[in-house]
This record gives sequence, C-alpha cells and structure tokens, in this order.
Amino acid sequence: MNESLLKQARAGKWRSWRALLLTGAVALALCVPLLIPLAVSQAQTSAQGAQTDNPRAGFWREVRHGDVGYTTADTPDADVLIQNGGQNWRQLRNGPIANYGGWLMGIVLVAIAVFLTFRGRIRVEAGPSDMRVIRFSLWQRIVHWFTATTFVILALTGLAIFYGRAVLIPIMGKDAFSVIAMASKQIHNFVGPLFVVAVLMLVVTFIVGNFYERGDIKWLLKGGGMVGKGHVSAGCYNFGEKSWFWLATIAGIVVAGSGLVLDFPNFGQSRELMQLAEMIHAITAVIFIAASFGHIYIGTVGMEGALDAMVKGHVDANWAKEHHDRWYESMDKQGNVKPIGEVEGHRVGQGAQHRTT
Amino acid sequence: MARMKFLCDAERCIACNGCVTACKNANEPATPWGIQRRRVVTLNEGEPGQKSISVSCMHCTDAPCKAVCPVDCFYTTPDGIVLHNKDQCIGCGYCFYACPFGAPQFPEREAFGSRGKMDKCTFCAGGPLPDNSKEEYEAYGSNRVAEGKLPLCAEMCATKSLLAGDGEVISKIYLKRVMKRGTRPDTWGWERAYMQAL
Repeated sequence: MNESLLKQARAGKWRSWRALLLTGAVALALCVPLLIPLAVSQAQTSAQGAQTDNPRAGFWREVRHGDVGYTTADTPDADVLIQNGGQNWRQLRNGPIANYGGWLMGIVLVAIAVFLTFRGRIRVEAGPSDMRVIRFSLWQRIVHWFTATTFVILALTGLAIFYGRAVLIPIMGKDAFSVIAMASKQIHNFVGPLFVVAVLMLVVTFIVGNFYERGDIKWLLKGGGMVGKGHVSAGCYNFGEKSWFWLATIAGIVVAGSGLVLDFPNFGQSRELMQLAEMIHAITAVIFIAASFGHIYIGTVGMEGALDAMVKGHVDANWAKEHHDRWYESMDKQGNVKPIGEVEGHRVGQGAQHRTT
Repeated sequence: MARMKFLCDAERCIACNGCVTACKNANEPATPWGIQRRRVVTLNEGEPGQKSISVSCMHCTDAPCKAVCPVDCFYTTPDGIVLHNKDQCIGCGYCFYACPFGAPQFPEREAFGSRGKMDKCTFCAGGPLPDNSKEEYEAYGSNRVAEGKLPLCAEMCATKSLLAGDGEVISKIYLKRVMKRGTRPDTWGWERAYMQAL
C-alpha cells in the first residue's frame, strides 16, 4: 500500500493527495463504530454523576422546561407548572415589536410629510380633459372599500389595544381608556372575521393584472417618477401598485390567520400557539399599517385624479396617459375611452380590462 | 414593610387539594364554576421522585401580567400583593399568555375572544373596592389580609406544606426544615430508596 502510494506521488501530486484523503476517510469511517460504545459509556457515567450530584437541581430544571404534570384543574394548560414562553412573549412584545413598530409607523408618516412638502401634490400636467377611461367596475370598488373599511376599523382598534396604554392612558386616565379598550377589543374581534372574507375577495378580484412583468423593473429603476420630472411608462398597474397588492395579500393572509388563532380561544389551542400568533399578528399588522399610509396618501392627497378610479370607477384620460400610458393605449384600442357625458352615468360598468400591453 | 409570598414545600405536599377547596370556600362568589384560583400539580406521577406542588398567583415583584396588560389594571399593594381592577379589565387574555404559573382565570372561553373579566388569587386581600364591603366580596372574594389574617389555603394546609406570609419569615421556616432534613435535602428521600438499589 505504502509503495503504491509513493509511486502515485511520483506520478502526480494531485492523485496521491486524493488517494491519501480517501484512505483517511475510509479509516475514519471504520473507526466510528469503535468510538460509539466509548461515547455512550462516557455519557452514561456523566448522566449518573449529574443525578447523584444534585437530584433536586435536575428536577427543577425539568420543571423550568415546562414539563406537564397531573392536576385536577381543567382550565387550559393547567397541567403545566411553569411555562417559559410567557416571559419571551412579554419581552418581545413590549420591547422590539412595540418599539420598532412605533418607529416604523412614525418614520413613514414623517417621510410622507417631507415628500409632500418638497415634491408637493402630483398634478395631472395636461390638465383635465373631457375624455374618461373606465378603470374599476362596481364590484372591484365594493371589494376595495369593504376591505378598506374593515382595515381602518381594525387598525384603529388594534393600535388602541397595542399602544393605548402608553399613549392614551396618560391623556385620559385608566377608567376612560378602559371603556375605549373594551369597545376596541369587541369591535376588533367581531370585525376581524369580516376582514378575512374581505382579504380573500380582494385577492381573487385584483390578482389579474398584478403579476410582475419586465416593464416594472424600468419603472423601479426610474423611481416610479416620484423623484424628478417626467412620467414613467406603466401598464394598468405600476410596480408600486403591484407591490402594494402583494403586500396586502401576504400581510392580509398572515394577519387574518394569526388573528383567527387569537379570536377563537374556544377551540382550545395552546398558550404557546397564541403567544406566537400574537407576535406574528402584531409585527405583520404594524408593517401593513405603515405601508397603508403610503397607499392612502398617494390615492388621495398625493396624486391628483387618482381617487376618481376607486370612487367613480373611471379616470381622466390625461391622468391615464401620464401614469399608465401602455394601459391607456390598450383601453383606447378597445374603445374604452369615452366622452365625459357618456361615462358619468356609468355605475355598473364593465370594469378595467387588465391587459397591460 | 412585609413582602407577602407563597412558598410550597414540595417535600411535604401530599396533593390533598385542601388548599384548592379552602380557596373556593373563602372566595366563593368571585370564583364560579370553571374558575380555580389555586391548583395542585403532581410531577412524575406514579414514578420515583413524584412531587406535588400547590400553585396560584405568586405575586411576582416584576409581574409579567402587569407588564403586558393593555389597560394597566394591575397594581401592587404596599405588602407586595399583586391585585387587579376588574372594572378596568377587558378580558383580552394577555395576562394568561404572560404568566409563568397559569394564575389568571377566565369565566368564559367563547368565540370572538369572549373571556369575561379575569380572576386570580388575591392572596385573600380583596380588590380595589372598600375593604370587606359586600361589593368587594362579590367581585374579588374575601379580604382576610385586612382582618389581619393570612390566606385561607395556607391556613388550612394539613401538612403545613403551603406557607403564606412575610417572605422573610416563611423563608426562615423553610430554611429550618431544610437544615433539619440535612444539608443535602434529598439524601433521605427517594434516591436512597430507589436509586442505590439499582
């Protein structure tokens, strides 16, 4: 064996190394079964040592791991003497989640205020025209406003429960805040399941046309026209709108799912699951709310003519040309650009044709 | 000022549930069916090393329930007893998530998060209503501390396993017991009976 190795070494260094490594690996593999009994016996002696050293410490360590015992009490999780999850939950919820959540929402609001101050309202540069483009059907608008209404109610009541102790108790005192918190909790728990329905309808209704495409990268690289002058080419929905749709979809489903875990304790889910659900619920909700500030801003104050789409269902042709040029062209071809007089009576329209090219 | 504490001597507890019954008896109107302020948990039941411990609210110094309560309805008395105001409680269940000992109890567990007002051990010290008034008794149970008495669970413990009172006093009693059993408290117990025979 040694001779052959030496020969190989002379023939080529790489081959010899490979052979050496292989031999080593095989030798190690052969040794492993020999080592196992040794390791086991060592583990056994150390375990016995620990037990004889201090049996009491071992016992209470097990209790701290949340071991289950026997009890005659039949309340939830009564058989656990000491649970550890609560302290983690308390520290994460009262610490990073509340702090970073507050900062996130605050920073977004400040950023919007700064943007409005320096960039101002985004106007329709060509001014109002007498032609309108049909954008959202009545059904789409109903789904949107149903989601929006339940969202705002849940956001306000949820924020009251999460931040009320820090923000509202110093203003109004504990007794008055208790009334608000009680109402918030009840409203939140009953409106919550409606929001679950709303989110599912929202996803089904708006998913068409919200898949990303190549043009979105260009839009993103140009900052969506938010900075500087000039407009960026976009289809029916631009990158920002698509991202908001996907955020609403994912955050909506996560927030709805975790909320249902908390809303129905009658199914006997464990305390650990509810701790986890509460943290996921709070984190997602805070991100969702912070992002919604941006959506609400750009849909109302931030951009002239944008609110028409969701209120009236149709938009000004100049607005469509400036913000969704590719969509406008396809709508023009389909004959969906109509004089204002014809469209004002439009209530149960055909809705947007979400083809983006 | 005294700092009130519970201490359960696990070497003495025989899981008779006398403390549970005593608690129900003392705080009857505030603890309807389904609410049990105190419970006995038996660990390693039926095995060598079985231990029973009576547990309820431990009146923590830095109480987690108090820290997470959205309406801040908990308060600590000068005696170190953690109490709460049921008029302010919204029944959200957060104190139940946070408490390591599973002390907070709720009269309901229904759909849409309906739990009712939280109830927990008051160390037989009532609540924020006037001491020993009818309203206090109905909402929070008895107020034995105001009468200069200790919680009924500990008072009625047959083996004097459950101790309640000033933390310094009861820890001295416990220490005396441990000393009497030997410096390594468990050497006389089950290890000698089972382990060395193995």
